Amino acid sequence: MKVSAGILLFFLVFAIVGPWLSPPEYLRTNFDLLLQAPTFSGGHFFGTDELGRDLFARTMLGIRTTLLVAMVASLVSLVIGVSYGAVAGYCGGRIDAIMMRFVDTLYALPFIFFVILLMVAFERNFLLIFVAIGAINWLDMARIVRGQTLSLREREFVDAARLMGVSTPRIIFRHIAPNVLGIVVVYVTLTIPQAILVESFLSYLGLGVQEPHTSLGALVDAGVNQMEGASWMLLIPATVLALILMCFNFLGDGLRDFFDARRAT
Amino acid sequence: MSFLEVNGLTIAYGGKRVVDDVSFAIDYSESVGLVGESGSGKSQTALALLGLLPEQAEVHGDIVVDGVSVIGASAKQLSRIRARRIGIVFQDSMQALNPYLKIGKQIRQILLWHDLATGDDADARVIRMFERVGLPDPERQFQVYPHELSGGMRQRVMLAAALIAEPDLLIADEPTTALDVTVQAQILELLEELRDNTALLLITHDLGIVAGHCERMLVFESGRLVDAGATTSLFASPGHAHTRALLDAAPRIDSGNAPAPVNGRTILCAEAVEVTYRDGERGQLHAVNGVNLLLREGETLAVVGESGSGKSSLVRAVLGLVPMISGRVVYAGASLEGPVQTRPVAQRRDLQLIFQDPVGALNPQMRVQEIVGEPLLVHEPGLTSSARLDRVRAILVKVGLEDSHLRRYPHQLSGGQAQRIAIARALILEPKVLICDEAVAALDGSVREQVLALLRQVQRESGLSIIFISHDLAVVRSISHRVAVMYMGCLVEVADNEQLFSQPRHPYTKALIDAVPVPDPIVAPKKAALRGEVGSLLHPPSGCVFHPRCDYAKDICKKEQPEAMNVGGSRVACHRAKEIDLTT
Amino acid sequence: MLRYALLRLLGAIPTLLLVIVLAFLMVHAAPGGPFDDERVLPTDVAANIQAAYHLDESLPQQFFRYMSGLLRGDLGPSYRYRDYSVSELIGRGFPISLQLGALAMALALIVGVSAGTLAALRQNKLPDRIVMFFAMTGISIPVFVIAPVLVLLFAVKLHWLPAGWSGVTGPAKFILPVITLALPQIAYIARLTRASMIDILGRDFIRTARAQGLGTATIIRVHALKPAMLPVLSYMGPAIAAIVTGSVVVEEVFGIPGLGQFFVRGAGNRDYTLVLGIVIFYATLIVSLNLVVDVLYGALDPRVRRR
Repeated sequence: MKVSAGILLFFLVFAIVGPWLSPPEYLRTNFDLLLQAPTFSGGHFFGTDELGRDLFARTMLGIRTTLLVAMVASLVSLVIGVSYGAVAGYCGGRIDAIMMRFVDTLYALPFIFFVILLMVAFERNFLLIFVAIGAINWLDMARIVRGQTLSLREREFVDAARLMGVSTPRIIFRHIAPNVLGIVVVYVTLTIPQAILVESFLSYLGLGVQEPHTSLGALVDAGVNQMEGASWMLLIPATVLALILMCFNFLGDGLRDFFDARRAT
Repeated sequence: MSFLEVNGLTIAYGGKRVVDDVSFAIDYSESVGLVGESGSGKSQTALALLGLLPEQAEVHGDIVVDGVSVIGASAKQLSRIRARRIGIVFQDSMQALNPYLKIGKQIRQILLWHDLATGDDADARVIRMFERVGLPDPERQFQVYPHELSGGMRQRVMLAAALIAEPDLLIADEPTTALDVTVQAQILELLEELRDNTALLLITHDLGIVAGHCERMLVFESGRLVDAGATTSLFASPGHAHTRALLDAAPRIDSGNAPAPVNGRTILCAEAVEVTYRDGERGQLHAVNGVNLLLREGETLAVVGESGSGKSSLVRAVLGLVPMISGRVVYAGASLEGPVQTRPVAQRRDLQLIFQDPVGALNPQMRVQEIVGEPLLVHEPGLTSSARLDRVRAILVKVGLEDSHLRRYPHQLSGGQAQRIAIARALILEPKVLICDEAVAALDGSVREQVLALLRQVQRESGLSIIFISHDLAVVRSISHRVAVMYMGCLVEVADNEQLFSQPRHPYTKALIDAVPVPDPIVAPKKAALRGEVGSLLHPPSGCVFHPRCDYAKDICKKEQPEAMNVGGSRVACHRAKEIDLTT
Repeated sequence: MLRYALLRLLGAIPTLLLVIVLAFLMVHAAPGGPFDDERVLPTDVAANIQAAYHLDESLPQQFFRYMSGLLRGDLGPSYRYRDYSVSELIGRGFPISLQLGALAMALALIVGVSAGTLAALRQNKLPDRIVMFFAMTGISIPVFVIAPVLVLLFAVKLHWLPAGWSGVTGPAKFILPVITLALPQIAYIARLTRASMIDILGRDFIRTARAQGLGTATIIRVHALKPAMLPVLSYMGPAIAAIVTGSVVVEEVFGIPGLGQFFVRGAGNRDYTLVLGIVIFYATLIVSLNLVVDVLYGALDPRVRRR
């Protein structure tokens, strides 16, 4: 878990600082150095692409885009999911039944196809990606928060607070929210890799970010086209993408075990 | 040589000993009681006898079953001991039976595995066993899933499973703890009847059960076997201080010193209270059915009943935690209406509740000082934080805790400490009425007595009125001034403590009292007085709700709901209260 | 039981209706028509095309025309494959996709459940750690990364297996695509099986079965397998959806003329009717398979059945 967090932190710093250090590097084409294999001497650690652009710089940009999209999308899903789930769970009864029936209905939809449809129908819009991905991922969050809130609402310490005369807002913020927080943190960690997957999938299909901007998914797509002659163009972004996803998954798993263990005591 | 010999048994987890150097033996066909408080190592010992401890357990010593060593035995050897030499009944039959498998199949599997029967023969043996344990319509029950049975019936199935391979020793680990007291009496009786030559190791926290059913007893205290001997002699003269302490903490329903009645004015009054719940698509649950009850100033009123009696729903409706369908609650001259959130703050201050699960009633994310201080934030917002802390400190002293507990979280407290915190939180507002909902049910004997003593002391000092909800009649006997008995949502009898226990007027009250085991080997356990179990609240019986289980029921009982009437010093809802004689 | 199934079926209808309306609106709310990016057409030609595809009608009119076609199984003409209707294209592509998907699902179930059970029985020991590491890798690597990497390794570098589809005879061409599709699902199912098997094996009723002397294999077979499979069963819904999604990539990478490829191509060249038709088709497929899973779940869990 600590290793995963460390690697992610490294990538994060990388993504923020990297492109900022040499901003135009990922755009600069160099027709003398097309499809150059990775070398340490030539200054292109990750080699170059079919336009002679430095793959190291482009990978850093890709990481930045991917992480940015994933985090904003997760934030979107967090906000929608937590508020929806908390309202359904705290109200309970009929309101809850209707709200959850709606979530169940949405669950049965092949959402990714809708997102693709959306991206096809409308111009490739960066903002749309955030919204689309967030709109897919809020369902899980809503279900979890709702379940948690519902069971907390029935817990005796909430009844005790009501009997003492504690106001409803204070019950929600002081007694329920802190007890939901742990599980929300866990699921945000597990939502991020899902968002990354969707974003890179869209970019891979050419429906995500557009040239010359790039993301890890788009880099993999470019790499597939060149893989017979320049395998590094596929392997490097693919490895980075898998590594990031793996770290988030390990981190989420670890956090979940941690909170589970704490709940058990 | 005895059937079972245990020598120097030690069980540890990560170096921490939960069973420490325990030695005992059990002979063929004798009955032995194993008593101790929670965490004393009783269940661990039982599991060890069958080689069922988890892998991470470090086990030392010897366990020999009829010449075969259990510790270090191969899977094959263990398999021959389990079920055929030693059968076991666990406490929670809902968890201990496979919910996904028909009960007939679960038991049939034992016969097949041990090559005791095959095919139709196996089915026939299972059905015969079902008959013996008293399952009605055994052929049909073969095809039933555990959740479709009542708690008592499930425990009978557990017994059938434990006895089907005709073991030499039956281990029963708290076999009746999850059951209602009248059902407990039935199961204990069945246990005696079925086991004839089978030896019995009965694990329990209830000395009454040991007194009535075991020839010898073993006393555990935090992993050690501290006392052992014949039940009669240990009860008469305990060999160890812990045995003495356990005996002292065991309340006796037949003891004579009941608290005298209190003559205060009425402080709280419930009239014709009715509560129903919706149970999904299945219909309405009639939880409380037109109950009239009053509480006097400075008294402790006990409300007793088995599961489904509506005792908790009644007080929750009074407090506004669940809605009343009809009826009225009057407190100090004012009517209490609506859900608790909408009631005037001053009213809420006067009525406080203590829950059964002490840890669940405390917010796990708050420290003790925040938990106990929170009511003051609401009711005395002008208080400075240091003044508030002083008040919290003072109340902690009162409930017998120290400053060092202030910064702890609930999970760092023991059950008894947590319940004291909950009491402190309720008392800091100086309420007029304290409602205890099974407040001591989760506590061990000695801790329970301490908490009860605390409640008595607070009542003496501040004239608090207490509603004490409990299923444990022996505890009720020792703490309450008056007792109300409920059955399936109806109030069947109300009387002063002494009156009710010495001369019950309702057949149900009488049966309930008789079913409570008395911790005294001289007193023979009474024959289980009630057949069957509490019916479904979805479709309560017509007329008197108790008539299907009542030996005195006549035609009128099936047709008309009885009105409450005064008989002797009691108020009884029974058509035949005046004519029947329950004194025998 | 029958009532339960019928109720579920009734519940599925609004879901499908929602899918159709949403998808239809999305396509028709798109700025610009499907023929906008072609060379500028003379106005009368453009009008003819508009009329031929009924694009000159109002939105509700178009919707009802589409719906009445849909009820007859007619999803309208493709905008790009001029001589084909959408239904014909689906009819050509789906059998291939179905073969791939079914094989991948079968592989995922067999390998995933066995690996997960093995891991649960050897919890925290070496086999468990190995299975869990591979499972974590499996859920972390997207299909569109696995597919090209496998091609690069086994086809381009090692020449063991064919990289493409057309022109290849024999079952060899199935190996890489099916494995690619199955890998992430194997990983998910293995993790799920392990977790639920550990949960079930820790239950009291397993201890009871052990106290009755039953052997481990019998306990797993008689007592543990069915309840442990319930979470895996409810994962079948999302798994089907994931395999459908994955097939889009796999078919593209391996050049398989299945439904996924039509979808990607349709998305790329704005063949709205084709994309719309495929989305509706997939949605119907997924919703009905979910329905089957739901009913199956009810049949296996006695506590659900009663309701």
